[in-house]
Amino acid sequence: MHLRKLSLINFKNYPEAGLEFSIEANAFVGDNGSGKTNLLDAIHYLSLCKSYFNPADNQNIMHGAEFMLIQGTYDLNGVEELIHCGLKRGQRKVFKRNNKEYERLADHIGLLPVVMISPVDSMLITEGSEERRKFIDSIISQYDKSYLNDLISYNKIVAHRNALLKQFALSRSFDGASLEIWDDQLVPLADHLFVKRHEFISRFSPIFQQHYNYITEAKEEVSIVYESHLEAGNFAATLSSSLEKDRYMQYTTKGIHKDDLVFTSGAYPVKRFASQGQQKSFLIALKLAQFQFIREVTGVKPILLLDDIFDKLDDSRVKRLMELVSRDNFGQLFISDTHPERVQKIFHDIGIPIRVFEVTNGFVKSNPLPAAHEPA
Amino acid sequence: MNSFPSKIFEQAVNEFASLPGIGRRSAVRMVLHMLKQNPEEARRFGETMIRLTREIRFCKNCHNISDSELCSICADHRRDATTICIVEDVRDLLAVENTNQYRGLYHVLGGIISPMDGIGPNNLNIETLLEKLKTDTITEIIMALSATMEGDTTVFYLYKKVSQLNRPELKLTSISRGVSIGDDLEYADEVTLGRSILNRTPYESTLVR
Repeated sequence: MHLRKLSLINFKNYPEAGLEFSIEANAFVGDNGSGKTNLLDAIHYLSLCKSYFNPADNQNIMHGAEFMLIQGTYDLNGVEELIHCGLKRGQRKVFKRNNKEYERLADHIGLLPVVMISPVDSMLITEGSEERRKFIDSIISQYDKSYLNDLISYNKIVAHRNALLKQFALSRSFDGASLEIWDDQLVPLADHLFVKRHEFISRFSPIFQQHYNYITEAKEEVSIVYESHLEAGNFAATLSSSLEKDRYMQYTTKGIHKDDLVFTSGAYPVKRFASQGQQKSFLIALKLAQFQFIREVTGVKPILLLDDIFDKLDDSRVKRLMELVSRDNFGQLFISDTHPERVQKIFHDIGIPIRVFEVTNGFVKSNPLPAAHEPA
Repeated sequence: MNSFPSKIFEQAVNEFASLPGIGRRSAVRMVLHMLKQNPEEARRFGETMIRLTREIRFCKNCHNISDSELCSICADHRRDATTICIVEDVRDLLAVENTNQYRGLYHVLGGIISPMDGIGPNNLNIETLLEKLKTDTITEIIMALSATMEGDTTVFYLYKKVSQLNRPELKLTSISRGVSIGDDLEYADEVTLGRSILNRTPYESTLVR
């Protein structure tokens, strides 16, 4: 699976752009703020129906414009697929596959798997548990359709249940029968999602460890521990025993919407004890593990988007990373960098031809693909 | 478009614009149309609206809109009074009625359970339904609610309430869900198609008789 062409209208700082890609490696080079990352984000949009960086769709339309358009021509198992994403201000997002509109965006997610590695990933370590749940959810929903549907239902039930708890508090009343119909629907969904998440982490953890060791050349033990209220067993019992607290807090305090992942290195939490460098290696290993995991489960090599990673890593780690992605098991690659010479040299050294796009203030100039050269 | 030459005009525009689906532009067009008509027609329009809100009634049996105590459906003796079809609102009642496939009676809930919109079971016509079901005359109730989480939740609530009535012979059914007539299978979403497979029907029952 790879992206052959991308065209943009009014997306972020691009009034109009049309790009044709190499099926191997592509680099967007230019100064800070020129729009390199926005190109990576457009590719992310086409796969996961949203920006990697800004969840407010409207803010991704170019300033002053009324609509935006992202179109990608993919090659999926030898068949051409045209993916279209259109958004008018104040209207809902429209996604089309070969000119046929999707009724639900969830139906599209998973068709074109993608993995982004970006400096903002540090939020996974530093921010609250919501970021880590999003990380798990975005991986599982790329290969398991029913997971995403269940998750959407689960969240909706929690929202209704919370609204009900608020009404009880407001009217100083309680109606057990009304609450029960939501609880009865919540429990099986929560059980189901818990099992899926649990399964995922136990398969994901060893892959992660393996990548971490490779990148750092270190032997320290890293791990991901899944924490959930559902570990206590019978979730229905947990819900009813926390009813008093829920009524007091006016929201649902227990459930898989409170799940978290604890990252440890040695015996210590990465969040508090790891150095900046260790954290970066940790994050990259996490993303590469995500890549390998999706590939193993779906049999498709995801598109890999590398945002500004050379600036944040020391040379030896960059080298290890590049060795890794140059092997057979990686597919199409997109990379953004401020230094055209650096990225060209790195790819020259590993013997992969790279197509370079020069980006200046929302305009892209593509250089012809250099003739294939001998690996150094 | 916010300043009009006449206050009365502006007020009329505001009234039309308060209707669902009517924006200010359309409202202006409607008011101008009213002005062009002869005054007799505009008076009739206004009076009909006043009568509508003053005189319309809700059927005491099924909560359908009606001109009298019982709506025309409930008053029709040819209809099968042993079956009740439960619908969210009058619009859905009309939709089922337009199929010409149903000869029983209705019960209009007046909404579906949705705490996020502030609607609970107490805001719906559920008590009157349960009251009706206590007598033995009704043998089947058909749930014809939207296939949304709120619709399903309402069905689930009714199912629980009906189970408590201790009338095991009462049949509780739900309209079937699945692939629409005229739809290609490949375009049906997984959830719908999955449900269609689970709730498959004996072929003979689908034959037109």
